[in-house]
Amino acid sequence: MTGRRLVQKPWWKTALGLVLTAFMLFPVYWMVNVSLTQTSDLRSDPPHWFPLHPTFEGYTAVFQQQLPALGTSLLVGLGCVALTVVIAAPAGYALALLNLRGGRTLNFLLLVAQMIPAVVMAMGFYAVYNSLGLLNTVGGLIIADSTVAVPFGVLLYTAFMSGIPRELLQAARVDGAGAWRTFRSIVLPVSRNSTLTVSLFAFLWAWSDFIFASTLNRNGELIPITLGIYNYIGNNTTQWNAIMATAVVASVPATVLLVVAQRYVAAGVTAGAVKD
Amino acid sequence: MTTTEALATAGAPSGVDRQPPRPRRRRGPAVSQWTAVGFAAPLLVYLILFYVYPLWRNIDLSVHDYTIRAFVQGNAEFVGFEKYAEVFSSSTFPTALWNTAVFTVVSIVFQYAIGLALAVFFRSGFRLSGLLRAMFLVPWLLPLIVSASTWAWMLNSDNGIVNSVLAAFGGEQINWLTSPDTALLSVTIANIWLGIPFNLVILYSGLQNIPGEVYEAASLDGAGPWKQFWSITFPLLRPVSAITLLLGLIYTLKVVDVIWIMTTGGPGDASTTLAIWSYREAFGTGQPDFSPAAAVGNLLILIALVFGFLHLQLQRRQEDS
Repeated sequence: MTGRRLVQKPWWKTALGLVLTAFMLFPVYWMVNVSLTQTSDLRSDPPHWFPLHPTFEGYTAVFQQQLPALGTSLLVGLGCVALTVVIAAPAGYALALLNLRGGRTLNFLLLVAQMIPAVVMAMGFYAVYNSLGLLNTVGGLIIADSTVAVPFGVLLYTAFMSGIPRELLQAARVDGAGAWRTFRSIVLPVSRNSTLTVSLFAFLWAWSDFIFASTLNRNGELIPITLGIYNYIGNNTTQWNAIMATAVVASVPATVLLVVAQRYVAAGVTAGAVKD
Repeated sequence: MTTTEALATAGAPSGVDRQPPRPRRRRGPAVSQWTAVGFAAPLLVYLILFYVYPLWRNIDLSVHDYTIRAFVQGNAEFVGFEKYAEVFSSSTFPTALWNTAVFTVVSIVFQYAIGLALAVFFRSGFRLSGLLRAMFLVPWLLPLIVSASTWAWMLNSDNGIVNSVLAAFGGEQINWLTSPDTALLSVTIANIWLGIPFNLVILYSGLQNIPGEVYEAASLDGAGPWKQFWSITFPLLRPVSAITLLLGLIYTLKVVDVIWIMTTGGPGDASTTLAIWSYREAFGTGQPDFSPAAAVGNLLILIALVFGFLHLQLQRRQEDS
């Protein structure tokens, strides 16, 4: 933080910052505004800039129709978090602290894996799931969604665990702890922040996923909220207030996580986060 | 060695994953290779089942003639590279290639330029700068379908706010999403907006690694902010810039959601990129045509890998220096 100059803080910079932020976040404001607009006012020209007579019709519709979809998304998100952490944490341990042979190659493969377009993975998964009967299942969707988060998670864990002081591990070994004990009672607790960052991104990616949902789960009984919005757009293009209300509700997890876990978000982005 | 490490050591702003630099080779605890393999086993099995196998099936799709019937029965005819030849000679191919290039290059150039300008601005530190910088992350965290449908409604020809503002200034109505002249532009604008936060955060953390004394020395020499930017900030930021741009390139090549939700690649092929083309052939129409879709997809992987290797090369070079 050496670069921060504390000498002068001109007010005009704050003003400019506010203007820029308002400009940047205008689409978000607009989404909320439209979600509160009366259906009869949606087509008015010019559009209403402020929801002077707000209506909650849109939100009522969301909670009547989209609750199962929200539940599915929550389930998929949490499943994806669990799967990602269970696979990534021990792998990070092996790569960072156990001198796994071929570790460099594995690291390299994980980087390459992050570059593969989701649409290609979706096609491959479609073919595989078609033969295994996993199409339109929540489990299948969890696995497909986790392919975005697992390479990221392993790389993040590896980077963090490499920095754990060896003395700590040595002390554990002197006390007679094996590799598994060391992992469970020292490495994992120390890596808590990494676990939070990985979980946060695994959840957000799964929650936001559209490509896998729209390909592997499109005829599923349990559809996630992204697909709920998409079908909504297709079926009734006039009710944009209801569509935007669904969009607002679908944005809640992201907003909550940004507020309560901002530093983990920043850490994840800086760690070369992937978003496709 | 990895993106994660390079950027994490480039300065995680919050210090969450800050770590001491890793010595080249260190002896770990005395455990056998079997233990190490055991801990990595779930990942290895996972990679084989859920990366290698689907990708192999994808190649398999592209060298067979998979009709829907053949897909269900599993007796597609082997056709070698015929599907690739079909893709290359298709009239969509040059359009999709050109659109991909335009969409990607324009997106990353603007994302980078705006992200850098904002990073420099936020670095100067002012009241509320931390809070506002956090707010800038919001577009990045929203589900893509949310942002894309919001943009679609904002750019709506008859009822969109953008046209309404243009009209207030005496502009004409523009059919943003439905005219072949502006469809690609519209999705590119939305995509630039989406990418700004990522660029801002990475470039901002890169800026924080430039010691403040350099600037102090420069201002003693009488260099103004403009001069300081071009003679200090920009050159010292070059490694971080290169990585940001390459990552942006690799991610932008893959974009499907935004374009599909806003225009479905249309009108015609006006906003069809390679990724959209592949998605549309396989899933976008009532008549799934997996073989050409897989061929386009594999082509896309190839392009992504070329830039991916460039990225790794760049990173390795930085590690050595």
